[in-house]
Amino acid sequence: MKALVAIKHSINAYVKPTVKTDGSGVDLSTVKMSMNPFDEIAVEEAVRLKEAGKISEIIVVSIGKANVTESLRKALGMGADRGIHVLTDEDMYPLAVARILKVLLEKEGANIVLMGKQSIDGDNNQASQMLSGMMGWSQAMFASKVEIDDGKAEVTREVDGGLETISVKLPTVISTDLRLNEPRNVTLPNLMKAKQKPIEEVALIDLNVGTQSKVSVLKVEEPVARTGGIKVDNVAELVQKLKEEARVI
Amino acid sequence: MSVLVIAEHTGTALKTTTHTTIDAASHLGPVTVLVMGGVAVTPAEEAARLEHVTEVLLVEAPHLEHMLAEECAEQVVGLADKYRDILFPATTFGKNVMGRVAGILESSAVSDVIEIIDNKTFKHPTYAGNAIATVQTTEKKLIATIRPTAFNVVGESGRETKVTVIGAKPSLGLSTFVREELSDSSKPQLGSAKIVVSGGRGLKEADNFSMLEELAGKLGGGAIGATRAAVDLGWVPNDYQVGQTGKVVAPDIYFAVGISGAIQHLAGMKDSKVIVAINKDENAPIFDVATYGLVADLFEAIPELIKELS
Ligand SMILES: Cc1cc2nc3c(=O)[nH]c(=O)nc-3n(C[C@H](O)[C@H](O)[C@H](O)COP(=O)(O)OP(=O)(O)OC[C@H]3O[C@@H](n4cnc5c(N)ncnc54)[C@H](O)[C@@H]3O)c2cc1C
Ligand SMILES: Nc1ncnc2c1ncn2[C@@H]1O[C@H](COP(=O)(O)O)[C@@H](O)[C@H]1O
Repeated sequence: MKALVAIKHSINAYVKPTVKTDGSGVDLSTVKMSMNPFDEIAVEEAVRLKEAGKISEIIVVSIGKANVTESLRKALGMGADRGIHVLTDEDMYPLAVARILKVLLEKEGANIVLMGKQSIDGDNNQASQMLSGMMGWSQAMFASKVEIDDGKAEVTREVDGGLETISVKLPTVISTDLRLNEPRNVTLPNLMKAKQKPIEEVALIDLNVGTQSKVSVLKVEEPVARTGGIKVDNVAELVQKLKEEARVI
Repeated sequence: MSVLVIAEHTGTALKTTTHTTIDAASHLGPVTVLVMGGVAVTPAEEAARLEHVTEVLLVEAPHLEHMLAEECAEQVVGLADKYRDILFPATTFGKNVMGRVAGILESSAVSDVIEIIDNKTFKHPTYAGNAIATVQTTEKKLIATIRPTAFNVVGESGRETKVTVIGAKPSLGLSTFVREELSDSSKPQLGSAKIVVSGGRGLKEADNFSMLEELAGKLGGGAIGATRAAVDLGWVPNDYQVGQTGKVVAPDIYFAVGISGAIQHLAGMKDSKVIVAINKDENAPIFDVATYGLVADLFEAIPELIKELS
């Protein structure tokens, strides 16, 4: 059984994004980029499933510019078997991502798709659900535990009220939440070995999918900054401020 | 054409995330509320009494009891033709179903709407709330999730709209509910509480969260929140996490105790009316957003605060 893992190369989680002054977007020209943290968790889960003998091959896919191969290499270093790089200079919206993945999925015949619950740049939380819907497959979103057996996956999900466990039929799309696992560090020897693993480059136009977005970004701005904060000297002053100035207690 | 709002409820009552989604929908047109569930008459009747609501649809079936994404999406897709827009609350339930509906309908979607400019133009936060994007859609339908903290909780209208019962689409049987472990629902709920007291790694251990419970009690009953660090350490359950990838809260007063103020945490609480930060490191970034900052050891400050409030 094959697994397909979708990874996005996005801004590093520990960088503070700066909005460009012309309002066209976030300045990514000099920032550190990394594999989207949720996708790293997805790769780790796939590798663990392979180590447990539940799946036989892990294909990692990333859609984007030339630099996304950095994240693909990392995933191969973690234990994925081969990579597919769908080359495009344009930002892909979740619908386009799902459509592209659908085409690859039909070609590769994978039974399990692992994705992140959200990309930390777009914060969309859409592509996994969309793909599952398009395929007519089951879905297990925001997973914190995955067990695969007998053509089924038992998945514990992080929901607003706590945890929910469901059993989904395979094939399925699973999206990862933070507590699913702790991704391994890639050792240097493994990274070297990963250099031998294949990354197939596919031009977006060759896939013949509609990726033109019907949602366009008119402008991007910084949020309104909070103003007027002060430091208080002690607890008594804090209580006095809360009672008399803010009047919230 | 009307706007379809997908209700979130407990089986016996609507969740306030439904009320805020109705408020958002009212900016776009007359509102129809779809209530799905195993048994869901009471929340449907409640929806029928709310402002802006002109129609309530009720779909009950055993396979809808646990609001599984595949089953819910199937019902929504079946109704999609009749409605121009489809709005969900931006909660784990809404996000789970919305993307699937959009995928089946081959439509783009907008997540986490915080402002409606006109019926094609919306604002939503990206990059952990550090970049607010204004987007315009040319899709025939707007399919979106609505951030609960950005809209009002609608009240009763004083009249009662009709509840129309419609038949459920058959079960797809793709997934089944196994079990759930839910946090105590009798406690104030994080998403809607007026007061939130949150703790971070500075609390040192799980037991110290009882100090925050006591403080919340003295403040007249507040909900407890936490950082990802505190959740990952197993000190509190996952649903306490406030932030970019957890819950977004905007209470009247938010206490950040032993929390550094990472961007992912700020994304979930910086729209709170008053923010109180207690941290022993005067350079902690949390102080940049705090209305009142107290540089102190929390193990001294919190007991003192509890005493002051007694
Ligand atoms: C993909 C991703 C998603 C994330 N999502 C979230 C999210 O949704 N929510 C979230 O919160 N985080 C999230 N994080 C994690 C985030 O980056 C931070 O690591 C986390 O918020 C830090 O938690 P903290 O403030 O409790 O811990 P720390 O950063 O370790 O801060 C602890 C603070 O406690 C103070 N302190 C220690 N002892 C005392 C004392 N005795 N008295 C007073 N102060 C004391 C310290 O000075 C310090 O400032 C995410 C990270 C990633 C990569
Ligand atoms: N450009 C991309 N290439 C590959 N996978 C992606 C890409 N964008 C999004 N994804 C996948 O879709 C998930 C959800 O993304 P989103 O819907 O944008 O929040 C991510 O965690 C990835 O697994």
